[in-house]
Amino acid sequence: MYRNTFILFLSVLATAGLTSCGDSSSRGGLQTVAAPVAHTGGSKQGDFGPPQGEPVKAVLTSPPLVPPATGRTTPAKVIVELEVIEKEMAISEGVRYMFWTFGGTVPGSFIRVRQGDTVEFHLKNAPDSKMPHNIDLHGVTGPGGGAASSFTAPGHASRFTFKALNAGLYVYHCATAPVGMHVANGMYGLILVEPPGGLPKVDREYYVMQGDFYTVGKYREKGLQGFNMESAIDEKPTYVLFNGSEGALTGDNALQAKTGETVRLYIGNGGPNLVSSFHVIGEIFDKVWYEGGTHVQENVQTTLIPAGGAAMMEFHVEVPGSYVLVDHSIFRAFNKGAVAILKADGPEVKAIYSGKEVDETYLGDRAGSSLAAVATAASAASAGTLTVEEQVKAGQALFAGTCSTCHQATGQGLPGVFPPLAKSDYIAKDRMRPVDVMLRGMSGPVTVNGQAYNSVMPPMSQLTDDAVANISTYVLNSWGNPGGRVTKAEVSKRRSEPAPAVAPTH
Amino acid sequence: MRAFLIACLLPITAAAADGYVRVPGGDIKTTLAYEDVRGPMRVPPFEMMTRLVTNAEFRAFVQRHPQWRRDRVPEVLAGPGYLAHWPGALQLTPSAQEAQPVTRVSWFAARAYCEAQGARLPAWLEWEYVAAADAVKRDARGDSTWRERILQWYAQPASQPLPAAGASVANIYGVRDLHGVAWEWTEDFSAMLVTADNRTQGDPGRKEFCGAGALSVADREQYAMLMRIALLSSLQARDSTSSLGFRCVREVS
Repeated sequence: MYRNTFILFLSVLATAGLTSCGDSSSRGGLQTVAAPVAHTGGSKQGDFGPPQGEPVKAVLTSPPLVPPATGRTTPAKVIVELEVIEKEMAISEGVRYMFWTFGGTVPGSFIRVRQGDTVEFHLKNAPDSKMPHNIDLHGVTGPGGGAASSFTAPGHASRFTFKALNAGLYVYHCATAPVGMHVANGMYGLILVEPPGGLPKVDREYYVMQGDFYTVGKYREKGLQGFNMESAIDEKPTYVLFNGSEGALTGDNALQAKTGETVRLYIGNGGPNLVSSFHVIGEIFDKVWYEGGTHVQENVQTTLIPAGGAAMMEFHVEVPGSYVLVDHSIFRAFNKGAVAILKADGPEVKAIYSGKEVDETYLGDRAGSSLAAVATAASAASAGTLTVEEQVKAGQALFAGTCSTCHQATGQGLPGVFPPLAKSDYIAKDRMRPVDVMLRGMSGPVTVNGQAYNSVMPPMSQLTDDAVANISTYVLNSWGNPGGRVTKAEVSKRRSEPAPAVAPTH
Repeated sequence: MRAFLIACLLPITAAAADGYVRVPGGDIKTTLAYEDVRGPMRVPPFEMMTRLVTNAEFRAFVQRHPQWRRDRVPEVLAGPGYLAHWPGALQLTPSAQEAQPVTRVSWFAARAYCEAQGARLPAWLEWEYVAAADAVKRDARGDSTWRERILQWYAQPASQPLPAAGASVANIYGVRDLHGVAWEWTEDFSAMLVTADNRTQGDPGRKEFCGAGALSVADREQYAMLMRIALLSSLQARDSTSSLGFRCVREVS
């Protein structure tokens, strides 16, 4: 794949009259060839001849770890030994699930080879397995991706060999019938086929896979939960998880990095059903090898990872803190578990991100000066020195935010729609009426100052007893109303009482 | 045909004294899609063991037929896992193991056991026909609650000790242990997927992978059946697993 590009690269340089730069340092930099768009030649250019040297045993890692780069410059024979293990593990706290795994983990062991390698694959099925299993590697060229050649009964092992002709990041999974159930039980993982020149060096590499899970019990229902076939067919998962368990990558298990480092993620999506809108909250991917292929997109917020697909992404960590990996189909993050954390340690860099500089209440278009009145009233109330004047001032500020939208700043309301509070015969009947209306809301016909109204005011239950007392006092002392005062204690008492009988409407 | 009519007139659970029960004939729409058969298939009446064969029963057989001892059986007839859970060639752990269904038995050995009884292993169709029933219906396969319950077996690890044979609830025919206990050998297990018959000509491996099941299986919601089919098709006749047992059937006497 690389050779084709390399020649193309050289010819571009030659045309430009340049004679140097054709050294090996450009080998890993496939993505640096900007224009014209380079094509790798795919599998046709992926055979670098027979394996050379002694066979190499592949280093397999459990998630979230990634094996080291192969570091090879020639094709090798690589031996991969993977064992299928059926085991009960936690899917969430106090919730157990019978997982079927490649290598004892969900996702399965990470496999890393180089383009052109000949891979001798040994699939073992543990003797105490209930089920037969096999493996379909998307990185295999050949019918079934190895599935037919690796169908293995419990207590047996099979072997098949393939040449990794295409570079890229590929999903592997079990493909035994019923295939959806094998995948839903956790039977997937990733195989990275490095391009001949390898991938650019980074400080950290991590391996994460998303999967959807279907249990008989509800989300977080305790105990051993069985597979729910109906909801799997309906594609309505109970859990959507990174690395097979809620908490697999949070708390003490969070991914680690330091500021100033470049992190590369190898993200796969096992499915079986859902497509992932993969996003890291607080980071922008500097590079995404979208779909796990050869080309790179830059400056990406969210990248789509299909079920049975993968992507690589890199970002440079500038600022310390917790970065949250989510499926941005966001209910999955908050209600089904699709959350992981990358924790970055290092000194704060205020020039890039300040952290919280201001934390204050936002009260719309009211001026800061009138908010001061609310604060004054609140402190006076707690000191027991609150005057009617202070209440009126505070009430005026609060009225401007909450009440004036409908009743207008002048208390005139809107004729026929919102009743007036100014010179209101309704309020004049009982000074507690403003309190009741704020606490309980009001609906149905009411006549105010001779005009009939019939609309709905919802209860203003967000208002504190202080606020209700102050707004009521303000209303009673404004616009020709009779005056008077409502205390916090009265409001509090009123709030705790059952709703009074329907207010008389004249 | 006459036998069929007579069977229909008998009470549905006509238990025989020696552990077999008569299963009346009938039609079944099988989970497998046979290319040459459309619609339901006819199952003639037969007699089936009400429960799985136990370790104690199989040991008695091995004592009478020492060529099936694990230290004497030729490897072509029983692989290395054969009866490996017994402490000795004719030895069981006291109590529990005697009453548990025997597992780790090759197809050849299971077949020999049945032959010694004047019986045979059930055909897949016969097994499926009986296993489709619950306690009150002859075909409960459309009942999602029943299916859900069967699937729960797959959430149990195979390392758990097996229950005693016959401990589960009998279905309408009086047969037990069909679900939730162990896999079972069938006479024609090797013909279900990879076979020389006309169902697989031209694409012998296709049922083993991926959408595979979807090609060769008529009812795609019968996951429990699918898994049995997959398990059986992964095996050679000399193989055995820790959760694979058997029972016998015989012709109506």
